[in-house]
Amino acid sequence: MATSSSTSLWNKHAILERNSILLLLGILIVIAIGGLVEVVPLFYLRSTIETAAGMRPYTPLELAGRNIYVSEGCYLCHSQMIRALRDEVERYGHYSLAAESEYDHPFQWGSKRNGPDLARVGGKYSDDWHRDHLNNPRAVVAGSIMPAYPWLFTTDLDYAHIAEDMKVQALLGVPYSDEMIANALTDLRSQAAVDAGDADALARRYPKSQARDFDGNPNRITQADALIAYLQMLGTLVDFKLYDDKANIR
Amino acid sequence: MTLGEGGLAIAMTGLAFISIVIAAKAYTPAYAFHAYLFAAASATAVFAIVNRYFERGVEAAPLEIDGKPNYNMGPIKLATILAVFWGIAGFTVGLWIALELAYPAFNFDLAYISFGRLRPLHTSAVIFAFGGNVLLATSLYVVQRTCRARMVGDLAPWFVILGYNFFIVIAGTGYLLGITQSKEYAEPEWYADLWLTIVWVVYLLVYLGTIMRRKEPHIYVANWFYLAFILTIAVLHIGNNSAVPVSWFSPKSYVVWAGVQDAMVQWWYGHNAVGFFLTAGFLGIMYYFIPKRAERPVYSYRLSIIHFWALIFLYIWAGPHHLHYTALPDWTQTLGMTFSIMLWMPSWGGMINGLMTLSGAWDKLRTDPVLRIMVLSVAFYGMSTFEGPVMSIREVNSLSHYTDWTIGHVHSGALGWVGFISFGAIYCLVPWLWNRPLYSLRLVSWHFWIATIGIVVYITAMWVSGILQGLMWRSYTGLGFLEYSFIETVEAMHPFYVIRALGGALFLVGALIMAFNVWRTINPPREALVPAASGAGLAPVE
Repeated sequence: MATSSSTSLWNKHAILERNSILLLLGILIVIAIGGLVEVVPLFYLRSTIETAAGMRPYTPLELAGRNIYVSEGCYLCHSQMIRALRDEVERYGHYSLAAESEYDHPFQWGSKRNGPDLARVGGKYSDDWHRDHLNNPRAVVAGSIMPAYPWLFTTDLDYAHIAEDMKVQALLGVPYSDEMIANALTDLRSQAAVDAGDADALARRYPKSQARDFDGNPNRITQADALIAYLQMLGTLVDFKLYDDKANIR
Repeated sequence: MTLGEGGLAIAMTGLAFISIVIAAKAYTPAYAFHAYLFAAASATAVFAIVNRYFERGVEAAPLEIDGKPNYNMGPIKLATILAVFWGIAGFTVGLWIALELAYPAFNFDLAYISFGRLRPLHTSAVIFAFGGNVLLATSLYVVQRTCRARMVGDLAPWFVILGYNFFIVIAGTGYLLGITQSKEYAEPEWYADLWLTIVWVVYLLVYLGTIMRRKEPHIYVANWFYLAFILTIAVLHIGNNSAVPVSWFSPKSYVVWAGVQDAMVQWWYGHNAVGFFLTAGFLGIMYYFIPKRAERPVYSYRLSIIHFWALIFLYIWAGPHHLHYTALPDWTQTLGMTFSIMLWMPSWGGMINGLMTLSGAWDKLRTDPVLRIMVLSVAFYGMSTFEGPVMSIREVNSLSHYTDWTIGHVHSGALGWVGFISFGAIYCLVPWLWNRPLYSLRLVSWHFWIATIGIVVYITAMWVSGILQGLMWRSYTGLGFLEYSFIETVEAMHPFYVIRALGGALFLVGALIMAFNVWRTINPPREALVPAASGAGLAPVE
């Protein structure tokens, strides 16, 4: 064979075609590059997550509510990510900060809006509205295509193990203190206003937390209690009257 | 008893015991149910292994018979049938959730079938159950044929097929019971993920081992794509699903990544589930089944080399285009967009290589509906890999993101490319595996036309609804106020959701025709088995 063709790059490829382990390693190297370049810097570039005053971990009841949000697959129709676009900011409020989901395992930004964005839904409607809406969305929004969630009001919240959940989150870097974990059950009950217990201690541990009977049934803590507590706190932690977006420019 | 049989039986016995303990102490009834399923499946596996030991001959199956490779086709037959089954199931659930969006009464106020639980069931059933079984069946078929070697492993191939489908059952029933991580296309919880990891590593070993056993000096191009698919999916699966369970007795886990980093890892995974599961794997199908069916060599060997390396290098960068204008840093978004646009080139290189393989054989499109299905699938591949880069441009994405345009784009790729190349492969595989002619080519033609009309109806409805809703969201009145409330934009979607359901129904009808055709090929009607020569007066009934 002519030497020119035997030294060409095309023939070099035969080495990979004849050696399965080299082919495997070649694939591994080639697919590793993009992922490494895009993912790794996000963990050490400080500009990735801005500092925003007011961020705190979820209260035990909010966390339990978030877990229901996760398990029902709410993110499939509702985003929690307001993009930095004029119409979105006017419709939903200040664009979402990375800091606002820094304790979210997993993130629930979503990818499709069959329903509206929920990143700042907290405080937008009354508990009453949420109860009616979850029970029968079309009772309050005639054209809604959302499923009804009546079982949330009849199913007791399973919160016996919530402290274990918080321990795992603490292990992953969410700033739950030992005190928060030790008081998980009492905090959960006082937020759902069942014990009407130590709401002050709850508010001290979790600033801006709202304690009341969310589901309209003071005798039980239902899944609806937890889910509405979660919905009512979404987007309420950072005070955008005080937030200085210039402070984060590096 | 061989080491493999004994080892697997012991491992499965251990798993059965662990599952029973977990079932007894499980935090939730749903998790206990899953633990019992694990226990029952492992016990059945032990029983089957022991039973097989007493039934089988003393000698292991020979690698060759009369100098010809003794291919192992049993597990492949099973995966092929399961692919058809899961395809029907996945399309049916898809039709159902399309109806839920058009008419919310279809949710019936029942937890198990509410949209949020059924949508992951639909996506997992079509991608991982239908697509996954097609990939398992075709990859293990192609690797044996192109290496001219019997598949490695005695029980291992069965473990891969059965273990993978058991994962599907756990994942699917989990969604219905509310067990999900709610990470898109990676919904199964930690224990299902662990199980899949084991199955997948065995799959890689079987595949790689068979390549090493090859009689051909060169590894055929289809195998490069399958190998990239298997390896990359393993990396993505482990990276994205790294999670800490709350307890051994809880189905719940928390993924180790959070917020913006989790978003990036998720779409690194998510877009490459498209790139490697739904693209590289199915390109492996294209590179074997189209040349085989057209009886022409692959158009260009050099193009396959460029296509392969460029595709797998560029794809992995594309994830951030799912996160434009979000809290993900701009530099990452820009990288994602740039590489997504570049990705257009290798994608079309692959399309050209597939289509031009028909050079000199284009006339076969008139006579062979199976080839027609595969060629149209490559055309759809070209279309959606053009649409994808367009949608990855930030300004376009600002309109398309969060709308049905994305859903339409996904389905032109999934129904058109993945669905049709799979149907083509199934129509080839079933006659080859069972060594019988396909029951009816006319029915293939019906399938082709009904499904094609279904796809066109579906994606057109989604283009219109997606662009319409995106424009309504950003529409302003003359006074500078937002013109439409959110619910008005939802109400405007209704007619398109009805049309979309119609398109989906047509696609499902096509698949049912295929299922009938496959069933009749495997179990031919009695009359068809009568040799034509001996029964001159007996014309087939149909």
